[in-house]
Amino acid sequence: MLPDAIIKAKETGDYNGLIDEIPYLRFIGLQLRTTDDGILCELPANPKLIGNPLLPAMHGGVIGALLESAAIIQLLWAQETVKVPKTIDFSVDYLRSAKPVQTYAQGIITKHGRRVANVRVEAWQDDRAKPVAAAHVHLLLE
Amino acid sequence: MSMPELPVDEDLVRRIIHDGIPHCKELNTSLVDVDIANRRATMKLPYDKKLVGNPATGVLHGGAITSVIDTVCGAALMASLEKLVAVATLDLRIDYLRPATPEKDVLATAEVYRMTRRIAFIRATAYHDDPDDPIASCAGAFMIGSSEKPVLPGNGSDGGGGDAA
Repeated sequence: MLPDAIIKAKETGDYNGLIDEIPYLRFIGLQLRTTDDGILCELPANPKLIGNPLLPAMHGGVIGALLESAAIIQLLWAQETVKVPKTIDFSVDYLRSAKPVQTYAQGIITKHGRRVANVRVEAWQDDRAKPVAAAHVHLLLE
Repeated sequence: MSMPELPVDEDLVRRIIHDGIPHCKELNTSLVDVDIANRRATMKLPYDKKLVGNPATGVLHGGAITSVIDTVCGAALMASLEKLVAVATLDLRIDYLRPATPEKDVLATAEVYRMTRRIAFIRATAYHDDPDDPIASCAGAFMIGSSEKPVLPGNGSDGGGGDAA
């Protein structure tokens, strides 16, 4: 069960057990690495994730999914409860074409209220200073 | 410099969306309607257990919804073009109005409501049966002529005269 996986992740510091519990994250092949300031999401290159084979570029929806997931997982890491926050709204700017290579994302919690959290997230590839996309997400904590 | 230009019709939009997007093949999406006169398109995302985001409820992950919304916006934009050029998403804002119902297919309809030479403004909704009772609502801005690269393989089209500057 997901709550058990979250408790275990908090105990061990390894959040990859969450991926096993969430089919969509397994489908895109997301991997999680714990860092000093939260969870770094790593999305390995995969032909399944391509949106435009002629550029080539990853699908914008996949980049959106990576950003949204990074926001949720960063919150799970930061908060004490095991309740999964629900996305209220999600706003993403596509800054550069995302090549079909390993892509990273990590969220920064801008405001962690009692009911609502605001998380900013960037996704990048070989150079963190040149993000391919940036998002901000409002999440309902309850 | 003149390159052959491809006029846009319903078949061309269907070809690009059905055959040109590997990730959509994985999601098993289909284009159910292209309405060139009204600059609209509708796509279906069949319910699939592999796309679940919440295992306790069986609700689809927001990422799958984002992908179908982004794609249907692109389809509506292509349907609005006179000649085929590359397009790119500048931004999307998605409001999750209520959870998707487990086991049900998702439909998404997009409409280009304002178009300039370079930019298109598009709104979209995702829903099950009733477009007036949406799961998610989206507003996005798209770039027209975002790349010089061809939009279709091997047709000699230059993909438009745009640059992303």
